[in-house]
Amino acid sequence: MSLPHTVIAASAAKPKLQVTGLSVVYQSNGKPLAAVEDINLEISDGEFVCLVGPSGCGKSTLMNAMGGFLSPSRGSVAIDGETVSGPDRRRILVFQEYAVFPWLTVEGNIGFGLSKLPREEREQRIAHYVELVRLQGFEHAYPSDLSGGMKQRLQVARALAVNPDVLFLDEPFGALDSITRVLMRAELLRIWQAERRTIVFVTHETDEAVQLADRVVVLSSRPARIQDILTIDIPHPRNISSPRYLALRDELLKMIGLAYEI
Amino acid sequence: MKKIRQPRRWEIWLWPLVTAALLLAVWQYSVLWTRTNVFPSPLGVWHGILGLSHEHVLWADIGASLRRVAVGFGAAVLVGIPLGLCLGWFPALHQVVNPVLEILRPISPIAWIPVAIVFFGVGDPAAIFLVFLGAFFPIVVACVGGVSSVPPLFRRAGRNFGLSNAQLLRRVVFPAALPQILIGLRIALGIGWLVVVAGEMIAVDSGLGYLVIDSRNSGKRYDLVVAAMLIIGIIGLILDAGFRTIERIRSVRWGFRHAV
Amino acid sequence: MRFPIWVRPVLFILALLALWQIAIDLHPGQLLPGPIAVFAATGELLQHGLLLKHVVASLFRVTWGFVLASITAIPLGLILGWYRRGEWAFNPLVQVFRPISPLAWIPIAILWFGIGDLSSIFLIFVGSFFPLLLTAMSAVQNIPAVYINAGSNFGLSSSDFVARVIYPAVAPRLLVGMRITLGIAWLVVVAAEMIAVNSGLGFLIVDARNAGNRYDLVVAGMLIIGIIGLLLDLGMRSIGRIKYFQWGD
Repeated sequence: MSLPHTVIAASAAKPKLQVTGLSVVYQSNGKPLAAVEDINLEISDGEFVCLVGPSGCGKSTLMNAMGGFLSPSRGSVAIDGETVSGPDRRRILVFQEYAVFPWLTVEGNIGFGLSKLPREEREQRIAHYVELVRLQGFEHAYPSDLSGGMKQRLQVARALAVNPDVLFLDEPFGALDSITRVLMRAELLRIWQAERRTIVFVTHETDEAVQLADRVVVLSSRPARIQDILTIDIPHPRNISSPRYLALRDELLKMIGLAYEI
Repeated sequence: MKKIRQPRRWEIWLWPLVTAALLLAVWQYSVLWTRTNVFPSPLGVWHGILGLSHEHVLWADIGASLRRVAVGFGAAVLVGIPLGLCLGWFPALHQVVNPVLEILRPISPIAWIPVAIVFFGVGDPAAIFLVFLGAFFPIVVACVGGVSSVPPLFRRAGRNFGLSNAQLLRRVVFPAALPQILIGLRIALGIGWLVVVAGEMIAVDSGLGYLVIDSRNSGKRYDLVVAAMLIIGIIGLILDAGFRTIERIRSVRWGFRHAV
Repeated sequence: MRFPIWVRPVLFILALLALWQIAIDLHPGQLLPGPIAVFAATGELLQHGLLLKHVVASLFRVTWGFVLASITAIPLGLILGWYRRGEWAFNPLVQVFRPISPLAWIPIAILWFGIGDLSSIFLIFVGSFFPLLLTAMSAVQNIPAVYINAGSNFGLSSSDFVARVIYPAVAPRLLVGMRITLGIAWLVVVAAEMIAVNSGLGFLIVDARNAGNRYDLVVAGMLIIGIIGLLLDLGMRSIGRIKYFQWGD
């Protein structure tokens, strides 16, 4: 018999995603090599969190462990209090490489995770997400006919279509040119504000992090540990030449250990 | 969920041995079970191999087969590579010649045997001609493919440094096409090895193919048939492995990082 | 002046045929026929309906051998390629069997299946099995990891995963491998028919030579073999041109 008020209190305070004492150790030439060490992190529902760190620091390893693609050596990841034990459609990873299926059309890709729905509902959902990521007119196109930015938007649409609790994005715009990247950030923010999913976003760009995130988690170089957490308290849309923005960006640069004058 | 631990290193040796042992056991058991006195058991084949290796004839046969492959394959390389490079370099020429090649290519080299015998009589040259035919077409196709898939950027860069046509071919196009050409050569060598054995079963009276057919015809020595087949397989494997080590040489290796 | 694209190749073929005819005319009493004799021989084969009979016999054997090899080697190869230990276990054996000429299996084929259709189907099966197995193994191993990760994220059952991710991902490579293997099967059937049976295009060639040195029929048979082989290849290529398979290049 549990006390009612403690249960309510716990669920109110319970985070969407909870990482506890997470470590990942690889075997490299017979020697253990720590990629991620003792990560403790709580992310609440609907929050946009960026993981920032130097390249090769283990950001992607951390994200793969959170998504269930990699079993942690120690510690655990829980979503809604349920321990993550493998890939699951309630948490979808979006990859840096173009992971849309080249053998399916735009519609086929968005509908990939929806095969169990009745036909009518599936088509409605596909149409909704085609519109959301602005791929109207390309429903029957194959990925080989799409630009890099369109492929990534398609990947995001495929992920959102299955209604995931958490969306993990692993440097999703890393392979795009800088203009497309800025446009894609705006698109992602628009989509996030429309659908309010919990988003964990890995990047190595400080600007990207400050423009997108509610909180930025700064990771140290390998093995990745949480070095600092920076809360970005600017409402959207953010003015990227406002003094507050610049101050936060400089602080982030300082945390990473980079000079902000070249 | 993906585990981080990889399979152990020694497993790469263990598993082939386990499969081979199982296969031999099944083979031995089915020979015993069916009480055949024609088809040999693994042990019988082993004795067959030992018996053959003590006789001069096995080494002579291996030598004959290898010699035919070497000469036929060498001739195919000498004719096929220049022709393939030319066809790749001049697409208009390729367009003209290609239909003829495409019709000749699917004709089994073995089907040429009657013609080969008219040209060369029964004997070595006929068998060598068959190997040549078998190896020639894959080499030409690989060279055409290799040359025509060299990025135009490389050619333009070469022109930029003032290379003549011949220099461009030798210093830019050939090295760029080399990885693909080498793959074609390896495939062609494999085909040459298939063809020489087949040819020797029909057209000549020495070589490993002849050993197979002769062991059967003269007294149903199926232990020697299977022994000869295994020897053919192992020599083919060694030829292939030898060629792969060439592909691993540094100056040609760049092409293999992404391919296969 | 611009010619249509097919004019030059046709002219080239005609020139080769003319050279061939001239060379034969210059050496009278030659066993080898000229193109005109070959043409006449083809007509003769067509007239008696013999040609159709031999072509059907050869295609029948190729179809059976190739289909049997496909339905056994491809699933097996996909499984072996998926599990690393499976590849370790079988690869060395496959590498030993593969360089053995399918024709070297003739004594065993005759021992097991006697002289007849079954023997040559077995030889085609052996000739197609190992290339298909290796193609399937390498096709699975070369699926980009990102497709496997993305696919496994959507909670598919294993059979759905195979049907909707693995199969479409390997299809382009498999198709290329099948086209090459069909070419091999066509080479093997002709060779096998020269030894193990008494019908088919290979038999036509050997029989024409042995029964009276009819070299015009020999060469006509060879050309027909070439043309059918080319048609098989073109057929497989046109399957590969369907958009669904095309992303592989």
